[in-house]
Amino acid sequence: MSFSGKIAIAGIHEYESRWAPDKTSFQIMGECTREALTDAGLTLSDVDGLFCASMASDAMMPVQLSEYLNIKPRYLDGSNIGGSSFVSHVAHAAAAIHAGLCDVGLILYGSTAASDAMAIGTGNSGGRDPGAAFNTPYGMTLVSSYAMVAHRHMHEYGTTSEQLADIAVSTRHHASLNPHAKMQNPITRADVLESRVIADPLHLLDCCIISDGGGAVIVTSLERAKDLRQKPVVVRGTGESVAHREIGAPDLTTIAAKQSGEQAFAMAGLSPADMHLATIYDSFTITVLCTLENLGFCKKGEGGAFVENGGIGLGGRLPVNPDGGGLSSNHSGMRGIFLVIEAVRQLRGGLGARQVEGAELAVAHGTGGYLGLMHSGATLILSNS
Amino acid sequence: MADEKQNPEYSAPAIDWESRAYWEGAGRGELVLQRCRDCGVVQHRPRGLCASCLSDDIEHFVASGRGEVYTYSVVRQNQMPAFAKAVPYVVSYVQLEEGPQLLTNIVDCDPDTVTIGMPVKVDFVPTPSKNGDVLGVPRFVPA
Repeated sequence: MSFSGKIAIAGIHEYESRWAPDKTSFQIMGECTREALTDAGLTLSDVDGLFCASMASDAMMPVQLSEYLNIKPRYLDGSNIGGSSFVSHVAHAAAAIHAGLCDVGLILYGSTAASDAMAIGTGNSGGRDPGAAFNTPYGMTLVSSYAMVAHRHMHEYGTTSEQLADIAVSTRHHASLNPHAKMQNPITRADVLESRVIADPLHLLDCCIISDGGGAVIVTSLERAKDLRQKPVVVRGTGESVAHREIGAPDLTTIAAKQSGEQAFAMAGLSPADMHLATIYDSFTITVLCTLENLGFCKKGEGGAFVENGGIGLGGRLPVNPDGGGLSSNHSGMRGIFLVIEAVRQLRGGLGARQVEGAELAVAHGTGGYLGLMHSGATLILSNS
Repeated sequence: MADEKQNPEYSAPAIDWESRAYWEGAGRGELVLQRCRDCGVVQHRPRGLCASCLSDDIEHFVASGRGEVYTYSVVRQNQMPAFAKAVPYVVSYVQLEEGPQLLTNIVDCDPDTVTIGMPVKVDFVPTPSKNGDVLGVPRFVPA
């Protein structure tokens, strides 16, 4: 009954610029729609499902976007579970298509986070949840929420700042091979460790960049995708979940990826060892390390050894974020859609210097929210045959 | 205390009926936790239902105020005015003796001396609200 193997990604587009002060977020999404439809060989009239989330306007986002694009989808999904939303939207689109509720799903994101001078991460953790009053008095920033996870990981497993720095170094190397990446100059471990501390133990270069950007992903049935312009990339497994500060004594280093990853790999009938690459939400270096452990690429506590010295670089044991990730290429507030797009690009092949050779299976994992407070996780497993 | 550099300024917390007993307790200098009379679980943050069994038979009690640092971060950048002048300050989850963890600040010590496992005890800053409620904000100091 599962949709595994029956649904495909037929079109993608990542907005090329990282700086768009002359554009609105809707314009960026409109342009991405046009380019992704062209990529797929479809037209706007084919779109009958719309999936979107935004930092700026949560309320009625699919309604506003339908008006902007002048479409009347028969399936609307504005689920917003944070930056991971777009990874989960692929699963939602797959389910809706499999159930016959729509045929062509369009997933969209656009933002002018950088040109709006949004200072993401170093303000207080506001929040509209009823528990926000218990956080706001204490000045817990987004960065410090992740930093507290990093400290706990270091305490329990001996993980070092050097190991975390190596995540940033590998990712920047990848960005240097991506002409669209925002930060392309290579960095060293020392550069990361000598950059200023934002919230101990996370340095500036342990943190994602802030850019403008957007993207579009088109999902349809594998059957229909076979007649379209691109070789289909097939949805093999999906999972989503949440983790939060449970009553009692929670474990801060077990994150939502554990549950969503188990679901996704089980649906796909595959294991982490089968994956040729991973795109992982790298809001901060610690996010990557915890995600790798919780998805099962290594045992809990062994993430430091897994990532150090190029372990997650091109040519390493598992290339992670070959596009340069949110740490160096594109983090326009919510990054989930770019995880899907880069995984699809890698599985289509032909990316030149940053191509993962022989890439046939990829996992994308998004984390949304505050890792040390409450967050969502969404996992997607894709194949090119 | 409140004018020490590493201590953020606290304003009156936004309270609702689920959290009133907690913040009023802090106003009296008491750390108030909840216990479920049905399943016995001790919980924080306070809510109208037991988050383990959904019972609404909840009692409040005064906790010891003792615990240890479960994890922490020294915040060195925050552009919010009240906190920008307080950096560097320590944000921490404190593991309370009674079981729950609590997000808080560790104050009255050099931020660089805070360690995981360090024993701490509660301290309170009075934060009267505009409508006259006597409230407070709990934070922790080295024990």
